[in-house]
Order: sequence, then structure tokens, then C-alpha cells
Amino acid sequence: MIGGTLAIIGGKLPDGRSGGVLVEAGRIAAVSAIAVPDGVRTIDAAGAVIAPGIVDLGVFAIDKAAFAAGGITRAALMPDQGPPLDDPALIQRAAAAGKPDVWIHPIAAATRGLGGSELAEIGLMKAAGAAAVATGRHWIADSGLMHRLLAYAAALDLTVIVHSEDDRLVGRAVATSGETATRLGLPSAPAAAEAIAIARDLALVEETGARVHFRQVTTARGLELIRAAKRVGLPVTAGITPAHLLLSDIAVTGFRTFARLSPPLRCEDDRQAALAAVADGTIDVIASGHDPQGPEDKRLPFADATPGMAGAGTLLTLALTLVRDELVSMARLFDLLAGNPARILGVEGGTLTTGAPGDLILFDPEAPWRIESETLVAAAGNTPFDGLPVQGRLSGIIKGGQPIG
Amino acid sequence: MPSTPRPPLALAGAEMFPHRHLLGIGELQPHEIAFLLDEAEQWVSVNRAATKHDDRLAGLTQINAFFENSTRTLLSFEIAGKRLGADTVNMHVAQSSTKKGETLIDTAKTLNAMRADLIVIRHQSSGAVQLIADKVDCPVLNAGDGRHEHPTQGLLDALTIRRRKGRIAGLVVAICGDILHSRVARSNILALTALAAEVRLIGPPTLLPAAIERMGVTCFTDMDAGLDGADVVMMLRLQNERMDGGFIPSAREYRHFWGLTEQRLARAAPGVLVMHPGPMNRGIEIDSAIADDPAVSAVTEQVEMGVAVRMACLDVLTRRRRGVEGWA
Repeated sequence: MIGGTLAIIGGKLPDGRSGGVLVEAGRIAAVSAIAVPDGVRTIDAAGAVIAPGIVDLGVFAIDKAAFAAGGITRAALMPDQGPPLDDPALIQRAAAAGKPDVWIHPIAAATRGLGGSELAEIGLMKAAGAAAVATGRHWIADSGLMHRLLAYAAALDLTVIVHSEDDRLVGRAVATSGETATRLGLPSAPAAAEAIAIARDLALVEETGARVHFRQVTTARGLELIRAAKRVGLPVTAGITPAHLLLSDIAVTGFRTFARLSPPLRCEDDRQAALAAVADGTIDVIASGHDPQGPEDKRLPFADATPGMAGAGTLLTLALTLVRDELVSMARLFDLLAGNPARILGVEGGTLTTGAPGDLILFDPEAPWRIESETLVAAAGNTPFDGLPVQGRLSGIIKGGQPIG
Repeated sequence: MPSTPRPPLALAGAEMFPHRHLLGIGELQPHEIAFLLDEAEQWVSVNRAATKHDDRLAGLTQINAFFENSTRTLLSFEIAGKRLGADTVNMHVAQSSTKKGETLIDTAKTLNAMRADLIVIRHQSSGAVQLIADKVDCPVLNAGDGRHEHPTQGLLDALTIRRRKGRIAGLVVAICGDILHSRVARSNILALTALAAEVRLIGPPTLLPAAIERMGVTCFTDMDAGLDGADVVMMLRLQNERMDGGFIPSAREYRHFWGLTEQRLARAAPGVLVMHPGPMNRGIEIDSAIADDPAVSAVTEQVEMGVAVRMACLDVLTRRRRGVEGWA
């Protein structure tokens, strides 16, 4: 792709430096104190933060409008599509689906049809452009198959993205066991379902040396296992979405199906542990988990509703609360939102270094607005943050040096 | 001794019960529960008279929409409506395993379009009745939603206890059996704790839900210990499908540890009252000798109170619509 040439001046970088970014032929040529060549198109950031475009590790739908509204320039597409991404041709088609506005990095299904019983053609899918391989919305219950998957993926140098819930313990549960689920009479499962799944997969990582990314780690015990595994040098990373950082299971009170998520919201102690894990580096990635679901899937009795939230348009603004609460610096936030996900996926972008793609966003971290389900830019407005006043608004998005929108 | 709850201020008319629907005991204040029990008393008398009729709901249409099979509760609501002169219509909605809710919203809109004046709903999913209530213009009465609530059962049990024991406050009530799957247990816990009873739960550990102590109850897995000094013993029905090894090993093992026998009941307080929402598994959770002893068992009285409580609820919920003075 032939990219544009563009100078952005008068902004502030995530590391605190002021200045701008010069993009030449689609790639970053200079950062901070830049000399703007004559005749180059120039944007005055007017004090806005200039940051790398967000690399969203794990979305369930290609929702270009939502990605643009959320400052997402690269999205890793989960294999849970209709049909599942378990074939090289489907990978190729998905990889092209975002052009020209956004990079879609398809993630290959680990098993055929995501059925959890037979290995999919992950080598051929890698060759077709798959950035990683994933178990999808579910855990692979068969430990023998999981062992073979990790060994095979390790040899192909592919990261395996896993969902961490022991499905037999979860059964038909739709909430985490605790006071809220008991009061509402919702089928529930103990939070230990996550730690059990993580413990098994860590043992298999040790066995095979495979790189594993735990897409959502949401419990104190699960996070402690990840922390210990990193301490001994296992090649593992962990992610989370803003929902599990900012909401506890109390949010489902009143049978609010927008708060029906997978994994389900946890207790307040687990939420506090997740915040601590962001602060101490145990968590590497904050992603949207973007999963728009219309009223036909959400306007149902709680247990019958489909889990998932529309998260792309609110990822940045919700993540910025972590900076305001002084849990992380702005620079570290963009490691979580962009740098680390790009590294885990093995794709370009996610940084403001010279030579990196000119994928940038501009935003005012203070600008106030209110999240409204009805007006959310997304394929559907199923956000558990409906009605929440927030701060931080995108003012520009640039891909390969070309402003979008 | 704690007394009957009274409203914080002198309230009159609709201030006594400012709710449009009856979706759960959890949304009621103690004095509102007491108000419904007081209202039910008059219907107990009417129901015992030779002519059991009142026409205050004449011209109103009451739809009983049951998405889950029920004989007793449906019959009770139908009799309650008919005795008050309402035109009662029963709707049995066939269960379909997929996309239940799509039908649900559409059904709500349909019932609304038929201009029902009162809708009584039972549904197998927790929260489903509230979902319908949000979509219709008339009062909705929850006749049981999933494992969540069964408010009229909580009220009829409270009324039965109050009439037999003269009070509720300060009594020790033991609720025994499958608490996990029971909406009856939840509504009773909420009603009885609100009315200042001491509530104990007794059951196998696999059928006691997590963190239920947070609802102000004490849990026992040892039935003998839980029954010690109890004034009221409320047995719950154990569904057959729970006895196949999934939650408890077998019916006979359940009976051995959690069945109500005369020997076990001897641990309770003198004059103990035994209750069961029905239908009973005789010889499993309760022995016939207890269930059939009118001095101890309140099982048939519970059924009788059920009609009275439901009449009270139907009356109170339609007062605004009927333009009753102080309520319109």
C-alpha cells in the first residue's frame, strides 16, 4: 500500500513529550520535535494526545464504524464467525474485509468448526494470513487434544489464544456464584472455573513451550496463576476487557442482559485483583471483546440472552479511567491497548517508533460525554455502561498516514 | 417481642401499596407485606361462606399466561379471579427450547393488545416476568419465574403462619430441602425475614446456593441441628430429576438425612407447624403420618390461604384501574 505523507503538530505524546508526528509514505518518519517539510499536509492537534492506533486483540464482529469511533486501527478477529474461521480461504477473505479503513487480522480456529475435537488446518491458515490461533468462546475440554494443539502451534511459532473456563464446572451457568446470582435465582458457577482452566493450560505450556495468550483473566486466583507463571518465565500473556475492570456482578441486578458476559462478571474482590494486575504488569492487554448483539439476542430472560457486549466504541474512553485513577501512565496504557497486542499477534503497529506504520489517533482525554446505548456507534448498542458519564473523546484517526472519516 | 410492621407514617389508600405490579417480595417493604396479609383476611371469611362471591372485578379481564406447567397455582389464580367477578382466561404457552424469549416479547405485546386488565404470569426463566411487565400497560402478577420468586406463595405461607401462630416476628422457621432451585424458598426467605422471623435453611450442601447467608439466614446441612427448637418447619418438594445422582446420590439417601420423620420432628419446639407447598413426595421428604396430622400439618390450609392471598393481590393491584377512592 502506498501511504500518505502527513505532519501532525501541536500535540502531546503518551510518554508526556509534546510535539508531533511526521508520517512519510505511510510510515512514521519522526516523532516529538519534528521538522515539517514544505508543502506537506499538516494537522494541528491543538493540544490533543497523539497516540498509536489501538490494536484490539479479540473482536467478534467486523464493525468498521465502531472501530473508527473507538480509534481502533487493527482488530484481531476471533474465529467465532458464521462459518467459523477454520479454513485458509475464510482466513484470506476475512483479512481483506476491513480494507481500506482498518486492518483485520483473522485468528484461526484451533479446531474444526470450533468443535473442540479435531485440529483445524492451522499451518495452512497461518500461511493464508492468520495472526494466531484461538479456541474461540470456549475452553478445549479434551486435555489430550489441547496438548497436541499446543505442541503443534509451538512448532509453527503461532500464539494460541485461549478462553479460560472449565466448561463442566460452568455447565449452564450464566453468572458467577455469589449473593447476586443467588438473589436473582440465576444458574451460577464458582469463579474457580477460571483458575482450573488456567492451571491446566499452564501445565501444558510448561510441557510444550507454546506461547499462550489468556484472552480474559478475570479472577484473583486466575491472575495469581498467571503472575506465578510469568515469574518462572513461561511464555504467557493475559488480557481483560474494561467490563471486568470497572463492573462487578452487581451490574446484572434487575436481570440486565447487557451485563451478561462471557466469562460472567465477578465479585468485587476479583475486580480489585484485576485492577491490581493491570497496575503490576500481570495483565498485558486491554481489549474490547467487541460482540454486538441486537435486541433479538438481548431482549430476553437473562439466562436465554446471548452473552457479549459492544465494546469497540467505548474501549479508549473506559481505559482512560485507569490513567485518571493513576493506576497506569498514559504510556503504559498504550502498551496495553496497542503495543503489547501488536507484539503478541506479531503484526506491525502499536507504537510511535520511526519506521512503524503511520496508524495514529488523536484524542482529548478530558472531553466529557455520556455513553448511550441508543446512540453508540456500533452494529448494536449492547453496552453495560449505558448512561455512564465518561471522559475522553477521539478527534481523529489516521491509517497509513491517511486521515479516515 | 417484635410487633407487626407498621408503615413509617400514617398512610392511606394507594400509599399503602404504591406498586403497579407484584413481581417479587424483594421489592416490598415490611409494612406492605403486612398490608397484603391484612387484606387477605377478609377473603378467608368470604371463601368460607356459603356464597363465595364478590363482583368488584366485574368487567375486568384477567389473563393467566403460564409458560410452565402448573395445575395448583393456575387453579388457585383462576378461582381467585372468578370469585372476584373477573373474566379469567387461561393461556398455556407451549414451551419451545429455542428462542423462547422472541415468543415472550411478542406474547407480551399480544396480551397487551387484547387489553387485559391484569396478567398473571408463570415462566421457567428467572426475570422473565419482569421483562413482560416492562412491555405491558396493565398490572402484572408474578406466579413464579424460574428460581427467582413466587411472591404469592411467600404471602400465603406467611398468612398461614400468622393465623396458626398468632404472629411471625420472633418465630424460628426452618425451610428444608432443595433451596438452590426453589423460588418458593427465596420468596419465603424475603417475606419471613422482613417480618422479623429467624429463618434457617436445611438441605444437602449441593442444594444450598452460594452466599445465601447474605439474605439473613443461617444454613444447616445437619437436619437434626437445624430443626432444634423450630416453631415452623417448611418442607420443599424435591424434583425427581435431582435424585438421580447429579445433586444427591439417591432418594433413599435423601430421606435418610433430610426426610421429615416423626422422630426428627420431635426436636422441634412443642406445637410445631409443618408446611409444604405441594405436591408432596410422601415417604421421601415428608412422612404421611406428619402430612396428614391436622394438629401439625398446615398443608391444606396453605392451599386455602393461597386463594385468599391471590384475591387480595388481584383486588389491590386493580384498585387504580377501577377508580377506587384513594387509589385512582
